[in-house]
Amino acid sequence: MKVSLEVNGRTCEADVEPRKTLLDTLREDLKLVGSHAGCEHGVCGACTVLIDGEPARACLMFAVQADGYEITTIEGLAPAPGELGVVQDAFCETHGLQCGYCTPGMILTAHALLNRNAEPSREDIVDAISGNICRCTGYGQIVEAVELAAERLRKANVPRNERGAHPNAPVNDPAAEHDAPQEGVLEAAEADTPHGGRW
Amino acid sequence: MKPAPFDYVRPASLREACGILAADEDARIIAGGQTLVPMLAMRLARPSRLVDIARLDELRGIRAEPAVLTIGAATRQVEIERNDVARRALPLLAKALPWVGHPPTRSRGTVGGSIAHADPSAEIPLVAVTLGAEIEIANASGDSTTPADEFIIGPMLTAVMPGDCVRAIRFPVWSHPRIGTGFHEVSARQSDFAFVAAAAQVALDENGGCIEAALGLGGVGDRAIRIDVSALLGTAPSTAEAADIVRAVLADLEVGSDLHVSDSYRRRVAVTLAVRALEDAFAEAAGKVPQ
Repeated sequence: MKVSLEVNGRTCEADVEPRKTLLDTLREDLKLVGSHAGCEHGVCGACTVLIDGEPARACLMFAVQADGYEITTIEGLAPAPGELGVVQDAFCETHGLQCGYCTPGMILTAHALLNRNAEPSREDIVDAISGNICRCTGYGQIVEAVELAAERLRKANVPRNERGAHPNAPVNDPAAEHDAPQEGVLEAAEADTPHGGRW
Repeated sequence: MKPAPFDYVRPASLREACGILAADEDARIIAGGQTLVPMLAMRLARPSRLVDIARLDELRGIRAEPAVLTIGAATRQVEIERNDVARRALPLLAKALPWVGHPPTRSRGTVGGSIAHADPSAEIPLVAVTLGAEIEIANASGDSTTPADEFIIGPMLTAVMPGDCVRAIRFPVWSHPRIGTGFHEVSARQSDFAFVAAAAQVALDENGGCIEAALGLGGVGDRAIRIDVSALLGTAPSTAEAADIVRAVLADLEVGSDLHVSDSYRRRVAVTLAVRALEDAFAEAAGKVPQ
C-alpha cells in the first residue's frame, strides 16, 4: 500500500505492506534511524515518536494508520544540522545517557511533557518517562536532564504549545518581533545558570 | 516480532465497518492498537484483515446527558484524562486513568478498546463494572445495549458477536453534591498490569450519612467484579464492615495465582485496597461542603 507520511514537516511517500510498523517504515524506507527498535511490542519505549505532538510508540502503529498525522522523530528536534535542541543539550550536560539506546525516546517524551508543562515536578517527570526503559543510568540523571531543560526553556522565553514547536523552524512570538532572539537561546540560558547548568 | 500478513481497510462509516466484520469472521477491529499490535507482533493473533475505526467521528468524543456521560468507543484515553467535563462527571474514571498504561500508550489507546479487550486486571473495565456502566454495541442489523458486567464474560472474552463493534460506553453520573472516590492498585511497577486494583465511589448526604456506595475489584477473578456494599448505606461513613464484606465475597471466588503473586496474597491485598479505596472516598466526600 502507498502511504504518505508527514515526518518532521516534510511529506514522505512510501510503499509498504500493511503489516509494516511505522517504526520499520521510518528506519528502513525513510532512513530515519534515530527511532530505535527495542522490544518491538510496546514495552521499552525506545521507538517513541511524537504523533501530533503526543508521545506514542512507533512499534505499536502501522505505517498505513499514520497518514495525515504530524510525526516528529528525534531527527526533527535539532534546530539546525549539527546543533542540538534544548532538551538534547540538557541530556548531554547532565550525563543523562550512557549507551544512548533509550535516549531518542526519552528526549521526545520529555519534549512532549515540557510543551504541556513548563514547571514539571519531579513526580510529573517520573510519571512522564515511566514508559521508557533505561538500563544504564538508573534514571537519576535523566530526571535531572529534564529538570534542567525545563529551567532553560522557561528562561528562553520561547512560546510553546501542546503540539510543540514545528520541527526545524525557529519559533518566534510575533508580538515580540524585535526582542525574541533567533539564535543564541542556549548561550543566554547558560549565562543565567551557575556553572553552565552543572551542579 | 513481525506480525503475519493481513489486509488493512479503513471504512468510512460504522455501518460499513460492521458489514466488513460480519462478512469476514477473521477480521479484527483496530483502534488504538495498544494491546492488539503486541498480540500481532507475538503472533498470538493472526487476523485476515484489520478494520481501522480510529478516525470514525461517530465513535469519538463525549456526550453529556442527565445522569449519563456517553464516551465514544474510539475516544483516546488521553482525551478523557484531559477533558474537564468528563473529569467532573466521572471522578472515579479520572482517578483511574493515570494508572492505565503509560502516557505514550494512553495517547493512542482508546476507552472502548480497553473495554472490548476485557483484561481482568484493566482499570477502565473495573470502573465501568463498579459504576454499572452500559456498553452500546453496533451491528449491521441495529444497536443494542448490555450492562458492563454482562458484556465482560471472562479474561479477554466478551459478549461481542461477529459483526459487532462497541460503539460507546454509557457511564452513570451521580448527581449528589458530596461525592468522593478512591482508587488503589498494586503492580510490579507503576503502570504495569495490576495484581489487584480497587475502585470506590461514595455519596454523603448533608448530615454526613452514606446514601450511595459502589465498590469494585479488578485482578482477583477472571474479570472485574462489583461488590454489594449496600450494608454501608444509611450509616455514618465507616469501613469497619467493609473488610468483612470483601472477605466474604472473596471466599466464594476462584482467585488465581501466577509467577508474580499467590492467590492468598491477592486475597489479602484485595481486602486492604478495598478498605483504603473506601476510606479515601469517604474522606474526599466528607471534605466537600454540603449544599
